[in-house]
Amino acid sequence: MNTMTPSPLTKVLQKYESELLTEWIGAQVAGSSRGRIPESEVREQSRQFLAALRPAVAGDNLTGIGAQEWAAVRDILKDLSRSRAAQGATPSETANFVFALRDPLLVRLEQEAGTHADQASMRRSVSKMVDHLGLFTFEMFQKTREDLIARQQQEMLELSTPVVKLYDQILALPLIGTLDSARTQVVMENLLQRIVETGAEIAIIDITGVPTVDTLVAQHLLKAVAAARLMGADCIISGIRPQIAQTIVHLGVELSDVATKATMAGAFALALQRLGLCVRRIPKAPTNPGEK
Amino acid sequence: MERIPILKMGEFLLVTIQVDMHDRLAMALQDDLTNSIVKNLSRGVLIDISSVEIVDSFIGRMLSNIAAMSRILDAKTVVVGMQPSVAITLVDLGLSLPGVRTALNVERGMALLRDSIGRQEIGDADSND
Repeated sequence: MNTMTPSPLTKVLQKYESELLTEWIGAQVAGSSRGRIPESEVREQSRQFLAALRPAVAGDNLTGIGAQEWAAVRDILKDLSRSRAAQGATPSETANFVFALRDPLLVRLEQEAGTHADQASMRRSVSKMVDHLGLFTFEMFQKTREDLIARQQQEMLELSTPVVKLYDQILALPLIGTLDSARTQVVMENLLQRIVETGAEIAIIDITGVPTVDTLVAQHLLKAVAAARLMGADCIISGIRPQIAQTIVHLGVELSDVATKATMAGAFALALQRLGLCVRRIPKAPTNPGEK
Repeated sequence: MERIPILKMGEFLLVTIQVDMHDRLAMALQDDLTNSIVKNLSRGVLIDISSVEIVDSFIGRMLSNIAAMSRILDAKTVVVGMQPSVAITLVDLGLSLPGVRTALNVERGMALLRDSIGRQEIGDADSND
């Protein structure tokens, strides 16, 4: 590659910087249906991008955007994708940031270097460069979203498995959401740990918040029950909704080894009974008018 | 050869497993335990596994076996002090130890044994009437 004379692209980027910027921003604004991102921000991001693009294309390595000289451009695109994803922009809106640059760039390139046949490869590689940058932006956007989903999943896992002490020696485990094997593991560990800490004899597993119970979920539940039993704690499964009772029977899931109750209240009453406790009403103290 | 000590506490036997179990040790324990039950006319066996950190299917089966042997000799078996990780492993191995009673610690296990034996005696007394 001849690095002595600057390539037409470098010349275009230098000579028409402000024109390119104006046209590019115009294309971007036209491309996005809603003006979610303020134009001043778009202008600033575009200016930074062009400034970083100029040294990057100087090496004439237009398609290898993984190379060292493109690091600044990649960083800008990464930040942009991240902020756009956080702002709730659609993937196409975000990718459009880069793709909108193609037309102004090609038009100016033709102006500068003419439409001569020997410039065709130049135009092709510029076009390819924009494609690569666009794809990179898109990938970054998606990665940000995936990270978000993974983080939320983790948070959900941690948040959604509280073990509550209902009474001395009685624990409650209200389950919300679908039980998969990863969650069962967390639930089980939490439950067993709390059994050790509190010395509970009875654990009530409430499945009111579990939307569906299939054979797999039932198996997971029974696993938790068996593990708790090995620790010396009895389990009661409560919060079984009518549909779930029907499903369990239709699926042929064997729950006869475990005490089951329709409501948490019923399970709590059973737990008290097993511990030899009872709840009774305190008789109202007779009001003595003479004491007033 | 090292052996696991079996302590006599009234009509119960207390076994504390504090070392890694291997085949010969387990066989020796089964041997000693059945002999002790017969010799002392024990009514209950308490196996404390609170120091056991790692289990395999062998230990699981051994616990079941001991429980079954004791039952034949009319002694109740309670396994106490199982660690959460051990419980999860056993369940994952598909060994939920049916027929073995469990308790959180030695104290609870003792109470469980006393309770079940007391109940049995009341039942015997009732049937004698």
